[in-house]
Amino acid sequence: MHFDLNEDQRAFQETARQFSENRLAPFAAEWDEDKFFPVETLREAAVLGFGGIYVKEDVGGSNLSRLDAALIFEALSAGCTSTAAFISIHNMASWMIDCFGSEAQRRHWLPRLTTMELIASYCLTEPGAGSDAASLRTKAVREGDDYILNGTKAFISGGGHSDVYVCMVRTGGDGAKGISCLVVEKGAAGLSFGAEERKMGWNSQPTTQVIFENARVPVANLIGAEGDGFKIALQGLDGGRLNIGACSLGTAGAALEAARAYMLEREQFGRKLSHFQALQFKLADMATELEAARLLLYQAAYKLENKDPKASMYCAMAKRLATDTGFEVVNEALQIHGGYGYLKDYPIERHLRDVRVHQILEGTNEIMRMIIARNLLKP
Amino acid sequence: MKVIVPVKRVIDYNVKARVKPDQSGVDLANVKMSMNPFDEIAVEEAIRMKETGTVTEIIAVSIGPQQAQETIRTALAMGADRGILVKTDETVEPLAVAKILKAIVEQEKPELVMLGKQAIDDDCNQTGQMLAALLDWPQGTFASEVKFTDGKLQVTREIDGGLQTIEINMPAVVTTDLRLNEPRYASLPNIMKAKKKPIDMKSPEDYEVDITPRLNVLKVTEPAKREAGVKVESAAELVKKLREEAGVI
Repeated sequence: MHFDLNEDQRAFQETARQFSENRLAPFAAEWDEDKFFPVETLREAAVLGFGGIYVKEDVGGSNLSRLDAALIFEALSAGCTSTAAFISIHNMASWMIDCFGSEAQRRHWLPRLTTMELIASYCLTEPGAGSDAASLRTKAVREGDDYILNGTKAFISGGGHSDVYVCMVRTGGDGAKGISCLVVEKGAAGLSFGAEERKMGWNSQPTTQVIFENARVPVANLIGAEGDGFKIALQGLDGGRLNIGACSLGTAGAALEAARAYMLEREQFGRKLSHFQALQFKLADMATELEAARLLLYQAAYKLENKDPKASMYCAMAKRLATDTGFEVVNEALQIHGGYGYLKDYPIERHLRDVRVHQILEGTNEIMRMIIARNLLKP
Repeated sequence: MKVIVPVKRVIDYNVKARVKPDQSGVDLANVKMSMNPFDEIAVEEAIRMKETGTVTEIIAVSIGPQQAQETIRTALAMGADRGILVKTDETVEPLAVAKILKAIVEQEKPELVMLGKQAIDDDCNQTGQMLAALLDWPQGTFASEVKFTDGKLQVTREIDGGLQTIEINMPAVVTTDLRLNEPRYASLPNIMKAKKKPIDMKSPEDYEVDITPRLNVLKVTEPAKREAGVKVESAAELVKKLREEAGVI
């Protein structure tokens, strides 16, 4: 057992770090303020292979491991949490097509998804089906070579801007087994979008409802078989949870570094903040807890990659710990910054607004605990 | 044409360098190392020349410890074709580097050697010039623009007070300055492809070069700490201080 990254991983991390520092960090505040979705920057990221990190190579993917992906999202989110998180969603949706789609479907969408010429969104949640995702009601009824869709998806990142929507819809009876996975392309008849949601953070990506009113989608867009949807959704979410956890780690790492630098510079009572033991201890705890969360997340990524039977539980543990710790570390970093931390002149308040949602999405942290407990209590 | 790009593994430009307590040098233990940024610019320029069809093969060469292989891999991931690592754990001064490079040039017969104008660790700014002298080749140093036309190189040089454009015959040595280009990042697929590109392992003895240092470093010290300023009460006091203490008026 060893804990060092290998040479390749250091190289991936370095590429992501450079991109993050030069192409994300300098613009993150502006994108947040202007609610600007940086599509050109996403395509630049895709040139480096970030559009299909764990998509196979024959369709332009980078074919890397889940741990590699976690390292990359961690590095990207240090520059812009919201944009890194969006890239992670695009990766998750693309992976679903790569892993469960037919050869024809893979060849149709993935070469353009890996370059981010097409941008993908993932549609599971509905206004009335959040944590209880299997209760979703968007109905898809077969009519000849098409499905006719009716229903509404909520909180969809990229809504209105994305080209490809990987949707979970009900083709059968109630419960998880009646759910299928359909790809809906922008421009489909009967597809429309709600107004852009006004959010606390994640402002560099639009969020809308995705509305189907007798929307017509070819049967050829069915991913896997009818009834496979929920299985696909859950498998996708294992990876999605790692990615979101990694985004919390990266942001918290940036906040920790900002707090450290601030402590070495700011003076009160005639001494640098770094001389006050109360703050030293705070910083020590932040670093320790962040490191622990990081280790668990890397381990979960390793387990998912190696198809460990308990991988889903580890992904849930890692997501819970990384996103809770990430928020706490950013919050403490804000506290260390005092009043300045509350101002938009410093990046900490944006970090805080951006990571807060990680405790809610990809399964709330309460749902994570349910998954963990269910695994522990299995007879 | 074939190009050799020497790349040096140096302390990362972001790292705050710390001097060893015995003043024998900079402490490199557990410090992030990366490719000398000026060499990165040389690699990028060679790749651009390959993309326009001027260059057919790019060989990245590094002289240093085993870990310098990672620096070569970075060059390969950016787009160089193959590498040569001349492995040594000893200090290698610019003259020794130039001698080794000369031997490699004689074997590989490139038409161009392109390298950073200096390395950010020792700031010697000597290797390119020494290599050109040893090879008796023309040199275009501090390049901010390189154009290849009719078998000759037009090199725009950054000099005091402006730019100087010279034309040199090939084969030649070109050293690259900061404004020549902005190096690309190595993409994830290219990092993976770089693993399959060959790196030849060599030693200074393979080239019969004696790398024994010719210079003796007496001591390395940190720059003087900036001291806090003082507030003056009046303009008269300021003038007095400027005249008597600073000696600037």
